[in-house]
This record gives sequence, C-alpha cells and structure tokens, in this order.
Amino acid sequence: MVRQLADAVSRSDLLRFSTAGSVDDGKSTLIGRLLYETKAIFEDQLQAIEHASRDQGADYLNLALLTDGLRAEREQGITIDVAYRYFSTPRRSFILADTPGHLQYTRNMVTGASTSDLAIILVDASRGIAEQSRRHLFIGALLGIPHVVICVNKLDLVGYAREVFEAIQAEFGPFLARLGIGDARFIPISALHGDNVVTRSPAMPWYSGPPLLEHLESVPLAADRNRSDPRFPVQWVIRPHRHAHHDYRGYAGQVASGIFKAGDPIVVYPSGVSSRIKAVEMLDGPLEAAFAPLSVTVTLEDELDVSRGDLICGGENPPRVGQEIDATVCWLSTTPLVAGKRYAIKHTTRSSRAVVKRLRSRIDVNSLDEEEAIASLALNDIGRVTLRVAAPLVYDPYRKNRTTGSLILIDEATNETVGAAIIEG
Amino acid sequence: MALTSPFLTAVPDWRLPNLTGPTLSHLRTLEAEAIFILREAAAEFERPVLLFSGGKDSAVLLRLAEKAFRPGRFPFPILQIDTGHNFPEVLAFRDRRVAELGERLIVRSVQESIDRGRVAEPTGVGASRNRLQTVTLLDAIAEFRFDAAIGGARRDEEKARAKERVFSFRDEFGQWDPKRQRPELWGLYNARIHPGEHVRVFPLSNWTELDVWQYVAREGIDLPVIYFAHPRDVIEREGMLLGVGPYTPPRSGERVFCHEVRYRTVGDMTCTAAVASSARTVEEIIAETAASRVSERGATRADDRFSSAAMEDRKREGYF
Repeated sequence: MVRQLADAVSRSDLLRFSTAGSVDDGKSTLIGRLLYETKAIFEDQLQAIEHASRDQGADYLNLALLTDGLRAEREQGITIDVAYRYFSTPRRSFILADTPGHLQYTRNMVTGASTSDLAIILVDASRGIAEQSRRHLFIGALLGIPHVVICVNKLDLVGYAREVFEAIQAEFGPFLARLGIGDARFIPISALHGDNVVTRSPAMPWYSGPPLLEHLESVPLAADRNRSDPRFPVQWVIRPHRHAHHDYRGYAGQVASGIFKAGDPIVVYPSGVSSRIKAVEMLDGPLEAAFAPLSVTVTLEDELDVSRGDLICGGENPPRVGQEIDATVCWLSTTPLVAGKRYAIKHTTRSSRAVVKRLRSRIDVNSLDEEEAIASLALNDIGRVTLRVAAPLVYDPYRKNRTTGSLILIDEATNETVGAAIIEG
Repeated sequence: MALTSPFLTAVPDWRLPNLTGPTLSHLRTLEAEAIFILREAAAEFERPVLLFSGGKDSAVLLRLAEKAFRPGRFPFPILQIDTGHNFPEVLAFRDRRVAELGERLIVRSVQESIDRGRVAEPTGVGASRNRLQTVTLLDAIAEFRFDAAIGGARRDEEKARAKERVFSFRDEFGQWDPKRQRPELWGLYNARIHPGEHVRVFPLSNWTELDVWQYVAREGIDLPVIYFAHPRDVIEREGMLLGVGPYTPPRSGERVFCHEVRYRTVGDMTCTAAVASSARTVEEIIAETAASRVSERGATRADDRFSSAAMEDRKREGYF
C-alpha cells in the first residue's frame, strides 16, 4: 500500500546555519547566548568553562570556550576549525556550523557554508563594516546560501542609535545588490545584553522586525529546495540474491532535487536510457512521493544496467553532459593549484579524474575584482578554472542545484581534499 | 577588471513564489543523512565494519543499516569490543538483536589482549579497562584489514567531537590528528586512503541525545533494559551513582544503598555511572532528557573527568 510519510511534513523542521566572525565581533557571546537561552548548554559544561575561564585569568565567563573544543584552540584563544553546535525550539531544530572569520581560515568558512541554509554575518556597530564582513557575504553568496542575516551587534555601545544601524544598512546595500543575495535581513542587537537576540529589545522601539531567534525559527525553507528538476544520484545497488527477492534490483540513494513518484518517466545518465519509476520505497514500504533530502530506494519498470555514480533524472530540464567544466574553485591546500595538474575528483556519487586545463582568474574576496593571467591559486584563494574531466560529467550549474553542481578535488598522492569546485553556468 | 559574474546569483531561478513544497521533519532529515552516510561508507570502502557497543546509539545505527540496505544483507559485519566488564543485560541485548538481524557478529576481547601481553590490566584507584579497548580495537582493525569503522559517536557529546568529520581519517597507527583533518564539504566524503590507514565513519554526527530518544520512540527500537528506571544497589562516588558489582565493589567508607536509577550511556561497568530516575518508558525518558541540565557524558562518564582534553587525548590514540 502506498502511503505518505505521516511525520515527514512536520511543524519541527531543520535549519542549518553558519556564523562567521571572530571574538572581537562578539560572535562567541552571541552563540553562547543562543545556546544558553534555548537551554542547550548544560550545567556541567557551564561549570567547565567557568573553571577554564578562571585558569586563563579572565574575570568574565569566556563563552568562546564552549565552542573552542581543541586543546590548541583553547591555548591560543582562537577558533581554528568548524565547530558544530545543536539546539532546538518547539518550532525548529538547528545545526550551527561555527566557523572562524579570519582570512587564513577561509577554507573552514567555505566548509561550514557548503551545507547552510542561512548565514549570520556579524558587524560591530561601534566600528562599522569590516573588510571581512564583505568576504563573509561573498562566500555565502558563492556557496549559494539562500538567506543571510546581518546582525549589527554592540548597539549598546552606540546608545542604541537608529542612525548608526541605518547607516550600516545603507552602506551594505550596493554590495548586497551586486552579490544578488535575495533574502538579506538586518537585525540590530546587543549579544552581551541580549537585546533582540531572543526577546525584543525595549531599548530599540524603532526596530519593528523580529528578534534573531524568532527570525531563525520562521525563515521559510520550502522555497529553497529545487522541486522542479528530479535528480537522483545512485549510491548503491540493492540486489539481495535471496529467494524471496530473486529478481529485485533497487537503486538506493538520496534525492538531490525534484519529486519522484511511481509512473514518472526518467532517463538514466550517462547512458541516456529511458524507463519509468516502478516504486519509490523505504524499509517499511512504498512511498507516494519522494523529495529532497529523503534517502530512498527506487525500482524501475525495465531491467537496465544502472550502477553507482549514475544519475536518474526526470522532469523537463535535462542535466548538462560535458567534459569541459567551468568552475569557481576554493583552494584548501598549502600546495598551490597550478594549470596542467591532475586531480582525483568526486562529484555526486561518482569518482573520476580531472586536469586543470586553464586557470582563468583569481577573485579578490574583499573587492570582488578579478585578476587574470595568474600562475597559481594558494591556500584560501578563490579562482575560476576550466577543468577537463576524464569521462563526461552529468551536472547542473550550482545555482540550480547544490548537489549536482558541486565537486571536490583530491590530491592523488596525499589523498587530501585540496579544492572545492562550484560549477558555473 | 570588475567582476561581472554569472555565478553570483544567490537567487536561484527555481525559487518561484508558487513553488513551495513540503520540508522534511528534522528527525527525517537526520535519518536521511545517516542512511546516506552508511551507504557512502559501504560503497567507498572495501572492508568496512560497524562498531557495536550495545548502547542506544548503536541500536539506532542497526536500525538505520536496515533502512539503508534491506532487503539486501548488511555489506559489513558487526564488531563488538568486549571489555569483560560489560553489563550482562547489554550482552543479552546484543545476542538478541544479532539473531533477529541474521547478520555476522565479531567479538574481540580486552581480556585476550591482556592475556597476549598487548596491554596490562590497570590497577589502583579509578582503574578501568575503558582505555585498553583502543588497543583491542586497533588490533581487530589490523587483523581483518578493515578500512572503515562505522561508529555511533555524536558531535553533541563532547567538544573535541564537535569538530570531528563525518569521515574521520586515521593514520597507520590509528591516530586522529585534529589539526590535519580533511575539509568536508557538501555530502562529498573523501574516502581515499593508503593501505594500513582507515577511516572512522559517524552517521549520527549531527544527532543530539534527544534526537536519538525521539527516534527510538518513533521507530520502536529495542534497547537494553538498563536504560529504563530500575532499583539497583549503588554507591555514591565523586558525585556519581555507580552500580555495585563484581568490578565495582564498594571501597571502605562507601555506603551501599538501593536507589531507582537508569543509565544514560552504556559503556564499561567500571566507568559508567547511573542517574537517579523514575523514567520507565521511552516517553518518560524523552521528557526527562528534554528537562535535563547536565550533559550525558558529564552525568555518567568518569572517563571524561580527568581533564577538559580527556576525550581529545583518547581520540588521538585511536579511541572510538
């Protein structure tokens, strides 16, 4: 019997968001406050950071110690890596990727941004827009984060002045327009005093919008998902070889986009063979429909040769197929990217090889200027390349599909992940 | 040259106002991600193994493996490291679940490692075989040439774990180097390793303790009975309630008393404490967990109390 997932569409869904910034912006104070107010900090954790704060000679509670989990980070008082934090309210569960803000940790910021639905950018009201705020916005736009919240922090230091807030808002305007960020919202806050973080601030009656947490709880996510282009990268073929299922052949994977249901016509790439969906199943039976990001098993009407790395597609818009790929690359390795070098790549569930055919430009992440005729991309550089892939790649532009439009580059000698590529077009 | 870039369009063209579909519940989203990770591990590695402790997280992992691979068999065996100090209720649960699933179980014991002289039995105050498990685990990984070990660790458990990757690289000595972790973007997990190295895979990375309990409730997952409130002879030691047993006899001056308790984590009997509780059903446990003000490991794990870097140090050595 075909059924709907009774609990699939829920009042409590999941928001993944990232924060970028340094201690100076009050980022740790903001995160500490969100965790504390949603009761996600436990008493023993609070005690542990009280002890640690005292050990460091601090006379205030250093909330940064909550997220700086590694010994080296605590010793140096800096955030090195992405830390994941979890909290929930009755309306939504949250996964927070807390990333360091400094230029030398751009790669960590890119990592945190890659899976985010929303990014929080912190601006210090007493100091105005820092260069790094522009960089954080650029990275958010590049990684396709649909929602951005610019928290103008430390309003208490400027007397909660509306003019300061509005001046910062105005200053960001042209930059935001240039990046094409659709949903950018400004919220005036004081993380230290809790103004407009969880509860509306009585000190800023001129601000009529929601406090930060309320905005995080209510930002609509449904429209962010690509529902129109069905894409299903095959991960694993289930062939039980048992009597009860002797001719069963199920294609297991996670829906990347679009909607799949029984009877839908599909095309399997790269072979280009057509068939129809026989059933979309989970362990306890067939589903009426599957949409991203459900992990399901698909069976087809016809017996085809489908294996891991193939892409099952439906809908009106076919994917692109090609061996020459224009991409924007974030370089993650201390060994620079140079034209002519070969890398292993992983794209959806397919592994292949690629050579950097052309290194076209490097992007200045602060000014957005592009520098051409360059020799290499260094650690934390972002540049544009043309890749030639060993076998045709089935893909969509990243702006249409974050799953089929992204790939990673791996050094074949060290096996390190050295680059993140965003497919243009 | 100024950037006139076609790729900087954060308003994708599918975001039409009338195209609003359903969004998945947070539990379904976590489930889908965990199934994806399990399938990636199975597909990318030649000899993966699923680590099973008998705790709630491994019980959830087994359920997720069914969701990932049925009606096929699991593409990996199940490995338990037996400290010899396990709760008998947990061993009974293990044998019951493995029989139901019809999958292959491998057990390697710390006692054998001690007998073969690989490790020495710790003695003295606070002695526990907990840390010895690392040697037995790494020996088992070498013996079977496992290239991936799938575990139930979660990032919310501990602050070193909060920074660990889903596919977490281990060098030829089984060591974790927090400063040399591979960047992990999108769902593109890098599974490439050299011979002798391996990867720890954590499908429940993004789950919280409460998520696990909610999932246990939704799926009706069977658990060892010690998770539910029961009367037990206990002693109070360093602010924690330890069950009295053959490996945890009371020390002089410690008073044995009977209290209604349950376990929030299941590890070695010597270092896992109980919490006072009257929660006898999953629903009561969810209510209690949601209201709890002490973290799971803080409440019950003596092994994490040595220093704020206790977990980081053990993980560097190759601990779970």
